[in-house]
Amino acid sequence: MPIQSVNDFVVRFANVNGSGSASANELFARAVLRMGIPVAPRNIFPSNIQGLPTWYEVRISESGYLGARGGTDLMVAMNPQTWDKDVGGIEPGGYLLYDSTKPMPKTKFREDITVIGVPFTAICNREYTDPRQRQLFKNIIYIGALSALLDMDVAAIERLIAEQYKGKEKLFDANRRALHLGRDWVMMNMEHPIGLRLKRANAVGDRIFIEGNAAAALGAVYGGATICAWYPITPSSSLAEAFNRYCRRLRVNDSKENKFAIVQAEDELASIGIVIGAGWNGARAFTATSGPGISLMQEFLGLAYFSEIPAVIFDVQRAGPSTGMPTRTQQTDIISCAYASHGDTKHILLFPEDPAETFDFGAAAFDLADRLQTPVFVMMDLDIGMNHRLCRPLTWDDSRKYDRGKVMTAAALEAGADFGRYLDVDGDGIPYRTYPGTHSTKGSFFTRGTSRDRYARYTEEGPAYADNMQRLLRKFETAKDLVPRPLQANAEKPTKYGVIYFGSTSPAMDEAIEMLESKGQYLDRLRVRAFPFHSSVTSFIADHDFTFVVEQNRDGQLRSLVVNECGVDPVRLVPILHYDGTPITARFIARAIGEHLDAFKVTPLRKVIS
Amino acid sequence: MTYIVKPKFHHPELPKNRLGYTHRDYEGKISTLCAGCGHDSITAAIIEACFELSIEPHRVAKISGIGCSSKTPDYFLGNSHGFNSVHGRMPSVLTGANLANRDLIYLGVSGDGDSASIGLGQFAHCMRRGVNLVYVVENNGVYGLTKGQFSATADRGSKSKRGVTNTDNAIDMVGIALQLGASFVARSFSGDKKQLVPIIKAAIEHQGAAFIDVISPCVAFNNHAGSTKSFDYVREHNEAVNFLDFMTGRAPIHVDYAPGTVEMVEQHDGTTLALRKLDAEYDVHDRLAAMSFIAQHASQGQIVTGLLYVEQDASDLHGHLNTVAAPLNSLGEKELCPGSAALNAINAGLR
Repeated sequence: MPIQSVNDFVVRFANVNGSGSASANELFARAVLRMGIPVAPRNIFPSNIQGLPTWYEVRISESGYLGARGGTDLMVAMNPQTWDKDVGGIEPGGYLLYDSTKPMPKTKFREDITVIGVPFTAICNREYTDPRQRQLFKNIIYIGALSALLDMDVAAIERLIAEQYKGKEKLFDANRRALHLGRDWVMMNMEHPIGLRLKRANAVGDRIFIEGNAAAALGAVYGGATICAWYPITPSSSLAEAFNRYCRRLRVNDSKENKFAIVQAEDELASIGIVIGAGWNGARAFTATSGPGISLMQEFLGLAYFSEIPAVIFDVQRAGPSTGMPTRTQQTDIISCAYASHGDTKHILLFPEDPAETFDFGAAAFDLADRLQTPVFVMMDLDIGMNHRLCRPLTWDDSRKYDRGKVMTAAALEAGADFGRYLDVDGDGIPYRTYPGTHSTKGSFFTRGTSRDRYARYTEEGPAYADNMQRLLRKFETAKDLVPRPLQANAEKPTKYGVIYFGSTSPAMDEAIEMLESKGQYLDRLRVRAFPFHSSVTSFIADHDFTFVVEQNRDGQLRSLVVNECGVDPVRLVPILHYDGTPITARFIARAIGEHLDAFKVTPLRKVIS
Repeated sequence: MTYIVKPKFHHPELPKNRLGYTHRDYEGKISTLCAGCGHDSITAAIIEACFELSIEPHRVAKISGIGCSSKTPDYFLGNSHGFNSVHGRMPSVLTGANLANRDLIYLGVSGDGDSASIGLGQFAHCMRRGVNLVYVVENNGVYGLTKGQFSATADRGSKSKRGVTNTDNAIDMVGIALQLGASFVARSFSGDKKQLVPIIKAAIEHQGAAFIDVISPCVAFNNHAGSTKSFDYVREHNEAVNFLDFMTGRAPIHVDYAPGTVEMVEQHDGTTLALRKLDAEYDVHDRLAAMSFIAQHASQGQIVTGLLYVEQDASDLHGHLNTVAAPLNSLGEKELCPGSAALNAINAGLR
């Protein structure tokens, strides 16, 4: 029986990388949004420029589920290389749209799906002579076919094309024509619409559709970053590029001079070195990188921790270790960031759940770095960074002032303030600093990665070293109340079980909770948003017999961090781990947690016997 | 020697510069390097240069990497901020600092281990970006702090103190700086303060990437027979191509050299260099000829010193990035934050 569903299904496009499919697929997702129906698209792409398989998955969900769902209801199979796998991945009762120009043997199909053949290549060959046009317009033609098959609002698609080619009438006409070629062919030659349909709804509201990397870049612009040093690495490159784009729009003065400086450095070591040099000199600076870059930056991160220099690092995580899977998502740098560098270190981590929070945390990171005089990591991942995500609009309070932290001015020095660079004046572990060039005779100091006393004088005296290390711990304690707090949501019914999760797991977790509750399984949940952990993390765990820790890595890195930092008995923290490089799904979480909950409920053998 | 407290009193009639400062105001802590170390002579030359230029010490940022040479910023300009960073990474830290505040003078101090081995990449990229700085390499051809291993600038065939012969080719940092576009390149010798001080002064005034390779013998590990970085060897093989007199634009230019032996070089900032030519054929404005001249002499065991190249219309990284005149670290919310109205417009474009 073919699947019947309105505004709730998954369409997956199978394409060849470099064939121009990305913009057509995005057009499809945007058109659904314009019909008032939430979508969550995801790029599944290879580390390659041309020729390898790539997929674009669009989850359509009027209920607003934005996590990956898993499974495919409608496969748009445009890549012969992956045909068998693509056809195999369709849900029973699902649909297959394919290019029927060349006949395919019957064995290549399945009995339990609806097969829709449209001769895309034949249409293109008939209409176009230029090979590149044939390739590019084929993409728009299949969107046209989909518009008829899914009963889409074709005017919404046309409006989007008009916006895209504003002022380029010829391109608009050509694209619209291609759209109708596909649409008309379906309307004339086959039954339509199919069992999967789109019906105008009103479920999008004022939400925006943005990639996390772009939102992070905007956060840096609004947070007052003036210096960006970076080295290209997937999946973070588009963050630095977006910063460049937004700065050119928002940070150029009337004389056409730039209120920003962006350096594409020679490597990640230079990137973080530039950031630290700028931070030392009183400018807000950041780098964007991924796991391998974090590995390279370790020595410098220890310097910034120990000599107390503000720095912001956007880590768009990908699957490791080593080169790993550069274009696949994971939450896998938690430990290497939390304890970056040799020696005893602890760093501030922020875990945004989506682009909107990435914007907020991105801007806040600069205040935190200045306030705490230390590196701050914004822990994103490929799933957030490189996919368009529907999220609340970005907001900014115009009365907000940048918190530049404890900076001693020339006036304070002149008034005779006792300046010791590493002197804990206020008892919060945070000392005062001066910017270079502040005063002609007072307030200068020598910054070093070697041990020093409270007045920044070199020393290898044990007590002075320990005194400084203890103060750094006090500073980290202070940070607990400054970083974003965890968000707790309790189940409707009291429960002995809790779940801790963070970052891009969020939408899948929300959906999984509903799935579990529908089976009568209740969980309190805590979304951790920063490290160091707030005291509520420890109390949440104490309040439950067992707490699941859901994360996207093999080793349960956040769980290890909780065990280590909160002094929790590891037995009570049950790891739920998803690490194959695909985004975690609600189905996975609900099944994994559900199995554990079922196991907890098994009646002990002794009871049965007696 | 840090247990020795440096006495603060000084002769009442010590000469003062335009700012009313004496030499003592440009000093730092007492050096902890070995007695007789060439690096201490470079420290003295930097102090002299800054004193003579009447630079306000706090307007200088001293940045270094790791090693004997990188310790020296603690020994001069005590009223300047200093940053002893990570091994081989001074150039990136300095680049960031320079981007944050273009109004300070940036003095990068490094050694041959720091800049020719672990930091060769950062040295190269700093030069090609044209960061406005004075990059001083205190070059002794040896790792001092770890007790006498060869560095990458040690000449092939030279002998270590332990009697080992170096079989690796030497890296000539002057050659690299020239090739990568440094707009001021010089080489000098720590034992020749008369040559070194004017070079440092000219480099400070130069608005672009200024590189100075200073051969600075290590008295503890590289001052023996068989070394090509010893005091004796350098003195015997020093081939100075010119001698510099540095003049600020403010001082009247008075030349009393024999005609044809002096070239007046106007710098971008209005200062003038009077180049006394010791080699009549040598042209400081010809980058390619300089590279060839230096390489030829090196092959004969000669060390070419002096101002080797200067580009009069040098540009720097801030120019390339077209940054505003105000230091970036002085900008606040008003200049940097586009505000909620702009954000709402961005939101509207994302629907």
